[in-house]
Amino acid sequence: MAADTAVAPTPEETLESLLREAEALKQKLEEERQKLNDVTLSCVAERLETINFPNLKLRRVLKGHQAKVLCSDWSPDKRHIVSSSQDGKVIVWDAFTATKELTIAMPSTWVMACAYAPSGNMVAAGGLDNKVTVFPLGGGGAGDEEPAARKRTVATHTSYMSCCVFPNTDRQILTGSGDGTCALWDVESGQLLQSFQAHAADVMSLDLAPSDMGDTFVSGGCDRSVLVWDLRTGQAVQAFDTHDSDVNSVRYHPSGDSLASGSDDSCCRLFDLRADREVARYTKESIIFGVNSVDWSVSGRLLFAGYSDYTACAWDALRAARVCVLCGHEHRVTRVQLATDGTALATASWDATLRIWA
Amino acid sequence: MVTMNSSEKAAQKACQQGPSRDSSKYVKEEKDKDKLKDMKDGALSNLPPNVQALMSTIPSPEESPNYLIYKKMEAIIEKMQDENTGVPVRTVKSFMSKIPSVFTGADLVSWLTRELHLEETWEALHLAHLLAAHGYLFPIDDHNLTVKNDNTYYRFQTPYFWPSNQWEPENTDYAVYLCKRTMQNKARLELADYEAESLARLQKMFSRKWEFIFMQAEAQSKVDKKRDKLERKVLDSQERAFWDVHRPMPGCVNTTELDPRKLSRINALKAKRLRQAQELILQHNLKNNPIVTITNAQESEEQIQKKNAENTVKENGETSQPEVTVAATEVEAKQKGSIEQQIEAARRQVAVLKARIERRNVRVSKVAEMFISYCEQYAEYDAFLTPPEWPNPWVSDTTELWDQEKQCKDPLPLRRVRRWAFGLRELLQDPAGREHFAKFLSKEFSGENLKFWLAVQELKALPIRRVAARAREIWKEFLAADAPSPVNIDAASRELTRTKVESGTADRYCFDQAQAHVYHLMKSDSYSRYLRSEMYKEYLNGSKKKTSVKGIRSIVSFTARKETSAN
Repeated sequence: MAADTAVAPTPEETLESLLREAEALKQKLEEERQKLNDVTLSCVAERLETINFPNLKLRRVLKGHQAKVLCSDWSPDKRHIVSSSQDGKVIVWDAFTATKELTIAMPSTWVMACAYAPSGNMVAAGGLDNKVTVFPLGGGGAGDEEPAARKRTVATHTSYMSCCVFPNTDRQILTGSGDGTCALWDVESGQLLQSFQAHAADVMSLDLAPSDMGDTFVSGGCDRSVLVWDLRTGQAVQAFDTHDSDVNSVRYHPSGDSLASGSDDSCCRLFDLRADREVARYTKESIIFGVNSVDWSVSGRLLFAGYSDYTACAWDALRAARVCVLCGHEHRVTRVQLATDGTALATASWDATLRIWA
Repeated sequence: MVTMNSSEKAAQKACQQGPSRDSSKYVKEEKDKDKLKDMKDGALSNLPPNVQALMSTIPSPEESPNYLIYKKMEAIIEKMQDENTGVPVRTVKSFMSKIPSVFTGADLVSWLTRELHLEETWEALHLAHLLAAHGYLFPIDDHNLTVKNDNTYYRFQTPYFWPSNQWEPENTDYAVYLCKRTMQNKARLELADYEAESLARLQKMFSRKWEFIFMQAEAQSKVDKKRDKLERKVLDSQERAFWDVHRPMPGCVNTTELDPRKLSRINALKAKRLRQAQELILQHNLKNNPIVTITNAQESEEQIQKKNAENTVKENGETSQPEVTVAATEVEAKQKGSIEQQIEAARRQVAVLKARIERRNVRVSKVAEMFISYCEQYAEYDAFLTPPEWPNPWVSDTTELWDQEKQCKDPLPLRRVRRWAFGLRELLQDPAGREHFAKFLSKEFSGENLKFWLAVQELKALPIRRVAARAREIWKEFLAADAPSPVNIDAASRELTRTKVESGTADRYCFDQAQAHVYHLMKSDSYSRYLRSEMYKEYLNGSKKKTSVKGIRSIVSFTARKETSAN
């Protein structure tokens, strides 16, 4: 390289020219994308019939937490739910009978995230303790010991753990943290398998791609960006940054070709991986509170969103119109999640309850 | 007819502009705050610009997510208070007295419905309730901050008490306020039960300085007494509403709470930026220190030493100097490092942007079509759009649907079998589908592709401890020269995989390329033959015969829908 000669630019100059180049590229990218933006999704979808939507009704109320419910996750058996709350408790529910099956006391309060393992035999939880702890459920071979006695700490971040998900196996867990990183851990040894660093601020949410191989995932964070990652290389492969505030939730479309996000800017957006751009926006003038959680119906026609204004609602994702509002919670809705077979929607709230709608 | 005398005007003014308490503690507090701000500003201007910049980036309340909501609400409230187009505010006569500056819940709800173009009344009522819960307006005589769509009276909170001012009031303030209320023997100021309980608790808590609290309360009460009657009414209610927000009645929502994740984030940011600022201040002090002049990178070491020597002489040999210089250079090195980091980050950004421009993308119109066809294809599996074959367990309270699925008896429901034709992924996701496909492949003597693919999927999900050993097994079984069930992949992928496995560094992804190759083969070859095969068709027909009339009807309607969409 000739850079060592006398005319080597100072670091400041290099930086400046790089930033200029980046700016020019951004502009060009915008132009290129605009060329492909020939029509809006809602325009094309106008030919569809409006959904004759039977209003979802409240079917179950799960009462038992003493404080705000911060996270919940459906079991693969379609009827159990695990939930975590700000008082340091993790509860495993039989949602069908609306009864508590198990209460686990966590070492620290503020359990911000919990997840059910794909086998249904294990749950993971963590939060302000910066860790993920896994608890085997049921007959784990160790006799009648309490799950709390058989717990194992898997992951340790340098800041709070905000979200976690098992990537199609009980043997690994993927976490997102306030330290701005995501990480994949080996459950058995607690070893860090891969770290994912590109977010400029706290990671709020994660979702695994429903693709053939399951080798990508998406994350959203307080840097207002949504990043798509390659699990194998640890590299961010796609980025979307049109939100105006913290991205609180990201969720893959069931086809795996696009994703929805919800943000404190009170807007949900649909980003398409094939078009590499935002293709729809779900918002109304009267919606002024932030979105905490989003999820899809099985066909990708309905997008559910949970808001800080105590409501959840369903959007017709294609026509970008709101089709139904779920009222009943008395405080912020922190989580909306479709049951694994798509027959019901669970919502969790700061009012200390979980509700099942169908 | 509503007329306004001067005192009413004063009350109105108080309502819009905030209290005019001269010696009240709030004003004092505000002055203190200003003072503090002045001090901060003064201190700031003495600091180097980079520190100033940093200090200004310390997350202010404006960055908190609640602030975003406050600002949006305040925009609505401001519109609401417009004299001509806002909510009509009146002074109402009742029996012996007047109720100043109020509006009715019904007016409020109808205004919201009109101005925000809301389709339904409940939405306006809900929004009004949220505005009240955040303390922007309040019922004139109820601790429960909510709104009813009737003739109940409500009043606006003064901007001074808006939550966006980040009040975080202390318990002592609350004690003073409650104590003050006990001094005014008026029915409307009587303490509610829960307030009396709080007062008793606080009295216990602050027993040592209760005298001080009592004196403060007395002073405030005196000031209040001098005020005009109507103005007092308004101010009293606003103060009460303020405490109803920050110390809500039991059972009411405290709207000032923050998302624990966001709270942790703000706290961590504050701590981090403070540390950085301190470091910069340290560096700044070192720079401005007459003893240490070593900060200019262009200065030769010789010069520095000379200067240092001079300084040493001047200052009669300060021994701490060398250490200080070390600290200074360290800081400098860090700064240099950060520039290099910035360059590195910019390089990465440029690379990402270039890659994004290179990327081939699909037109939005095409993407839209794909969205629609996906929805149409899967509509019959979406329990919210098409009723499931058995009653929804959550609606009917029966578990029939789940029981049927679990039994997994032949023939399988038609819907399930049809789904296998949507894509290879659907087929492989369903255990029954996987099994049937494997049967088909073994008939064709090409079962090893699927076996290999499944083995690699399983490898990726293994505990890390067992990965290397299992990788060798997979190699031996499918890829080695004398493999019992050889998989046909291109030489390059084979070679790449071989080096990885034989070097002993086999990881979960060492068969990645080979697996992708095999998957592509299955998808383009065996899978399409499977779908055309008699075996799949027979299986499908078997399910069809057994399917109930209801199921068939849903299929008919589905195909009909598809035809109309194709036209």
